[in-house]
Parts: sequence; structure tokens; C-alpha cells
Amino acid sequence: MIAVARTFSLVGVEAEPVYVEADVGRGLPAFTIVGLPDTSVRESRERVRSALLNSGFSFPMQRITANLAPAHLKKAGPGFDLAIAAALLASSGQIDVHVLDRYALAGELALDGTIRPVPGALAMAEATRSLGLQGIAVASQDAGEARLVDGLEVVAIEHVSRLTDLAAGSLASVPREATPDLCGPSQDDAPDLEDLRGQPTLRRALEIAAAGGHSMLLTGPPGAGKTLAARRLPSLLPPLERGEALEVLRIAGACRGAGNGILPVGRPFRAPHHSASARALIGGGSPPRPGEVTRAHRGVLFLDELGEFRRDSLEALRQPLERGSVTLARAGGVVSMPCSFMLVAASNPCPCGHGRDSGRCECNPAFAARYASKLSGALADRIDVQIQVDRPSAAALSGDPGEPSRRVRDRVRQARERQESRLGPGRCNSATEGPELRRTGCFDEGAGAALELGHAQLGLSGRGWDRVLGVARTIADLGGEAQVTGLHVSEALNLRRRGGP
Amino acid sequence: MNRPGACDDCLRRAWLVAGLADRIEAGLGSARREARELLALEDGRLAEAVAAGDAERILETARAADTAAAREAVERTGLWATCRHDAVYPGRLRDARDAPAVLFGRGSEGLLRELSEEPAVVTIVGTRRPSAHARDLAESLGARLARAGAVIVSGMAHGIDSASHEGALSAAGRTVAVLGGGAEIPSPRGQARVYRRIANEGLIVSELPPGTAPRRWTFPARNRIMAALGRMTVVVEARSRSGSLITAAIAQDLGRDVGAVPGRVGDPGAEGTNELLRAGAHVVRGPEDVLDALLGAGAGRATIASSRGGSSLEPELAAVLAAVSTGSASCDEVARTCELGPPAAASALVRLELAGLVRSDSAGRYRLPA
Repeated sequence: MIAVARTFSLVGVEAEPVYVEADVGRGLPAFTIVGLPDTSVRESRERVRSALLNSGFSFPMQRITANLAPAHLKKAGPGFDLAIAAALLASSGQIDVHVLDRYALAGELALDGTIRPVPGALAMAEATRSLGLQGIAVASQDAGEARLVDGLEVVAIEHVSRLTDLAAGSLASVPREATPDLCGPSQDDAPDLEDLRGQPTLRRALEIAAAGGHSMLLTGPPGAGKTLAARRLPSLLPPLERGEALEVLRIAGACRGAGNGILPVGRPFRAPHHSASARALIGGGSPPRPGEVTRAHRGVLFLDELGEFRRDSLEALRQPLERGSVTLARAGGVVSMPCSFMLVAASNPCPCGHGRDSGRCECNPAFAARYASKLSGALADRIDVQIQVDRPSAAALSGDPGEPSRRVRDRVRQARERQESRLGPGRCNSATEGPELRRTGCFDEGAGAALELGHAQLGLSGRGWDRVLGVARTIADLGGEAQVTGLHVSEALNLRRRGGP
Repeated sequence: MNRPGACDDCLRRAWLVAGLADRIEAGLGSARREARELLALEDGRLAEAVAAGDAERILETARAADTAAAREAVERTGLWATCRHDAVYPGRLRDARDAPAVLFGRGSEGLLRELSEEPAVVTIVGTRRPSAHARDLAESLGARLARAGAVIVSGMAHGIDSASHEGALSAAGRTVAVLGGGAEIPSPRGQARVYRRIANEGLIVSELPPGTAPRRWTFPARNRIMAALGRMTVVVEARSRSGSLITAAIAQDLGRDVGAVPGRVGDPGAEGTNELLRAGAHVVRGPEDVLDALLGAGAGRATIASSRGGSSLEPELAAVLAAVSTGSASCDEVARTCELGPPAAASALVRLELAGLVRSDSAGRYRLPA
């Protein structure tokens, strides 16, 4: 008799349905798993055998074949254990086969039959709903995450022996609050901007970047406060909305598993080390896994020591930065993952950190030039706000704490509301193309004249021109002004690094 | 006003020199005589010196030359000619013993007349392969001196020469290019763009009649014209055997002021200029020093300040400019000194930069232009 259980395989951050067909028939005792399983899936045989024997079930001494369909999709990981066990039990008549039509199953088995959590419970729960099933059975640690999906019954199952209860309908489903609160770590738990003392220009740049969602490049000597400032950026951003929080949680769940089901309020902050490969940044592998850009979705991606990153890693960031999504084309198919993040990069002006104009630079010129080219290449042209950061004065360091994040966040929120009323919900100036900005932005004559001059004197590229337009619009939004004037444009030009001598 | 004009004798001399150009080139190789020395000779001795056997015949041909045809050639190429005996011939050029008989030129005739009267005529020369810093400096020196009312004379060569012309042009100032070939075509060819701008907005002159291609000797030869035209010659950057040093030496011979921009000690690119300074040339750190040397101490700063139009600036911009003028300053420092918010300070600095009154470096600090 053939039984079919439903489970999922994670591709990127989405759950793809996988059908586990089990056939227990006559023949020499054997247990085979087919359908492109990797080693961890093939080892599932040993876990399933032990778990069933240790839970009071019998393991049929017959020829057992488990097929994971669709056959073309590569399957990896131990998340298929529970579904394989259930299909096998149903096929050998130990549980009612109809339970498999009502519930999808996802979980890893321990040898004693305990069920362990798997990555991507939220994505799997969403996929279960779109398959039209009644519910999903997951490990109790995964239940919190899965129950965030509306209109779906979630059953927490701690042990494989409880499959009998599930089939009998005697296993209670996890109660679901009508609208679970966003109660994860909030911005108030993140490092606060009041720690940044002095440095008014840097503060202003952070506020503008947060208000318009603009990417930033901070250049300055070691100890100037670049990292300190970047880590405080998430605290200036408006809290996540429910939909965004679900996206963030789905990605986090797909990466590490066993999310606690608490929707985060604060925005993600990812700071990959500069040795990161292009694949680590944008994602990859087989099956494809999300990279740092996706894990920074709806939050901040911080690249410290930009000049030390490998060139190919930086080049790979261009498309994700512009599109807000990353598309990986592999032999196995095309995978798309969301990644709308704010890029914040920090760098020393040259490898020794003093800067080529300081007179104290000790760098080998060729090396320094290669370093500088990474800071001024095609990636840098896509960065809207580029400023130099100086070491703060002693007076500023011993002075009063700066304005706290809470107050800055209020202004940022108002500026974002103005952008949304002009551009539409969820949109901001940084994600708006030049033509639309010009059409909707209300630039007055002074703004046009300042831009013309900037183009002639500061050598702005066409893209640079559009970026300045966007930043100038954000500055006006922060000031609550309808018109963008020459003053706004000239301040925006100051936030655009020019090629030094 | 008289149009520029040249007498028959002077025109014949000019064509004689052009006709002997190849022999002079060859003669310099064997006889090791300076072009200037040759050009100071009168017709007979010159022909004797470079074409011993043929001298008589050459002189005969030159004497019989058709000056009407010569004048027509000048007109046809869109040039004019002025000779030593003409009223508009630049007065300072007469100081040179070996001054050219005729100057051919195109561009502003008004500027040609002003060359004699203007006290601040500055010749800026230097290497054809300058450091980026020196090139910037030459450009800003050209721009700011021109803005202060000076006439900038140079040789349109690559590097420092063309940078100082471009500086003067960017400030809508007056500039004169002295070429080493006929004035109707750009030499070097790579400077055609600068040539066209100077032809339209400034003045281009040469001692060689139209149709004469530049030779090796014509470049040091035109240096004597540049040195004589300027009241001061400034060398921006020069190696130890640079042609610019010839210009400086001629200027010195003529009793003109010579200035040099100090370079880093030990930098081979600045060895020539540093050597000039050791020999007593004026130290040139900026346009103020040039104007001080020409017009008297203290004149420089006053002239520059008035040319900045300091009074026409908004008070806020003037305050920010004052804060920057004491040295380099970051946006934060300016905001603190002027008690402005960071947005206002940033916007003021950029507006000043767009107006060319301040510059920013790669470390984000603002300062006055060099």
C-alpha cells in the first residue's frame, strides 16, 4: 500500500512542497530513499528506524521505498524525517492514512523518537495554507513561529508516538491569538544615538539617510566613530510593520531555525566580516541559501572596512542594492530572494588610515590607489550619502550626551510619512528613479541652478545627479517643506564625496 | 585706433628667418649656437652664420621678396601682423635685443594694445609633465591672477602652460599664448581646444609667418618673447634641465622679476624651481605673492579680496568664508565657529565651493583655493 505525506524543502527563503511517497511491499528487507536526497536525507533511514522501534511502533521487515517528489528538486537536511516516518507508518497500516491528507509534517527525528525543530517553520506554514491543507504538525519549538499564519491549524508534536493521537484527532492544536503582538527586541534595546557625542555633521547625515532610506559611506580615520554611528542607525528607523516583521522572521527562521515566534520590532542589523565571499553576501549553494543581503532585508547591512572587501564581493552587491531583490540563476533553476536593505559602509581613507591629504600617510601609492578605487568604483556611485568623519574633539567626548534616538526617530517618521503621501505606501526617496523624482519632487529654480553648477564643477555622473536629487528631496521632507530649494540641493551636494586630488 | 601693421623691411626679415628655419635647425646641431644668439644677428650675418656658401643668393631672394604677397598670405590665414615700427607692437618686447621684427597674431587686438600699458602681465611657465598638485596650482594661479586683473602669458604647451591658460579662461580673464609655430594653427596639436578658446577670448601670437611649422629651436626662441612680454615670470614646477628655466634666465637678463613655486626638497620634479629660489627668485605661494612683487607689498591681498567680490556675498556666506580663510576647516568646525546649524554650514560651504571661492579635499576639509 502506498501512502503520501506532505512536507517542504526550503529553496532560498521559500518552502517548496515535497511529497513523500512510501511503499511497503514484498521482497527482501530493505529501506531505500530516492528522489535526489543528499547524505543527510539518506541518513534519515537510520533515524527513522531507531525512532520507530524506540516508540513502540514496529519497523516492517519488508522492502520499503520512500520517494521524495518532485524528483528534480534537490533535497537536503533532516527535515524530512517526520514525514518519512508518518508515510511509512500509514503505508504499513499502523496509523490512519487519512491524517496525511489533512496535515503537512515537518520535523527531525531523534533516535528516541523525540521531534526536533527545523529551519523555516514560518515559510512552511505559509506554504501549507496555500496548499489548502487543514494544518501543519511541527516540533513544539517551531509551533510559535508557525502559528503566526492566519487560518491554519498548528499542532505541536513532541514525539513520534503522538502521530497516533494526531491521526485520531485527539491532539490539541496550539491556540492562536487573534493578532500576535510585535513584541521582539525594539529599537529602544538597540544602541542609542545619544552615545554619539559632538559630530553634528555625522548626526545630520545619519538622520537624512534614515529619513530617505539612503545608503551611506562613512570615510574617516580609525577611532572617528564610524562603526559606533553605523550601529546606531537601526535605532533611528521606524519600527517594523506587521507584514515586514513577518518577512524578517521568515528569513531569520529559514536561516537558523527554531525562531521563538516573537515578531521583531527592531530592524535587522547585519555586519559581515570583510573576508566574506560574494556567495556569503548575496546567497547561494544547492539548494540556495540566503546571504547577508537577504538577512539584512528591511534593515541595515553594515560593511566595515569597505576597502578590505574583495572586489568581486563588492561588485556582486550592485544588483541587489538597486533591485531590492537578489536573483540567483543556477543549474537547478532560478531563485529570487528579497533584500531591500540600507547599505552602510565604513572605510579608512587609505590603508594606513591617515588619509592621502593628511601629510602623514605612509601607504605604498599603488596599494593606496587600489584601495581608493574600491571606494570610488561603481558601487560607491550607487551610495547616496557619502561623508568624511573626523575624530571628535576632546571637548565633545567629555560633553553632554547627544540627542537620543527616540527624538530623531520621530522626525524620521514624519519625513517618511511625507514621502509616502507623495510616492505611495512603503516607498521612500532612495528607491525612486530620477524621472519620477523630477516629476513629483517640486524642485524650484534655485535647486535647478545649484544642480547645474554642481554638475559642472564637481563632476557629478548622471546617476550621481539623480542621487543628489533624492537626497535633496529627503532634506526638504525632513524640514517639512513642499519645495526643494537651492539650499537643500547644496546641502545634499555636501553629502556627496568628491574625488580628492 | 590704428589696426596693427608691419613695414616691408620687417616682413622681409620675418620671411627670411622662416626661410632659414631648417638651416638654423641644422646649424644649432653643428655650430652649437643658441637660437637667440642667431636671431639677434642682422640679416647678413645671420645668413652668413647658417648658410655660409649660399648667403648672397638667399639675401638677394629675401630683398626681392614680394611683400604684397606676404601681406595677402597673412590676411588669408585670418591673422594680422605688427612690426617693431608699429604703435601697437608691445612696448616691453622692444627691451629685448633679439626681439622679433614682426609679431603675427589673431584674437583680441584690444588685448594687444593693453599688453604695453598693463602693469600686471605675468608669464607662467613650467614642466609639460606636472604633478597633479602643480597642475592645480597653475590653474588656480592663472584663474586668480586673471580675476585680479592680471594678463596671463604662457606658451600653450602641455602641462603647466595650458593649465594656466585654462585657469585664466575659466575666470573670464585675459590671456596670451605665444606659439612656437605659425599663429594660425595650434601647436602642439593636442591643445586645439585651448587654442580655439584663446583665439576667441584672448590673444595668440608668434614671430613666425603663417605656414611655418614648429622646429626644435622655435620653442626656446618663443620663450624669449614670453619672458619679454611679462613683467614677471613665474615657474610653477620644473626639473633641473627644463626649458622653463631658459625663460626664467631670459627674464632675469631683461631685468624682469622671476618667481618660483617652492617644491618638496629632493623631489626631482621640483629641482629646477627650488634651484631658482636658492638663486634668489621670489617665493610664490599664491597670487598674493605675485601681485606683491609687481605692485608693492600688501597690494596682493587687497587686490585679491576686492576681486573676490567679498562685499557682494550674503553675510552668512561671508562669515563662512572668513572661517575657512584661516586654514582648512571641516564642516563641523565651520558650524561651530560661525554658530550655524550643520545643514546651514554644509549648504554655505557648497555654495562657496560652487562659486570657486573655497575648495574641498578628499578628507572633506575645506580651504581657500591654492
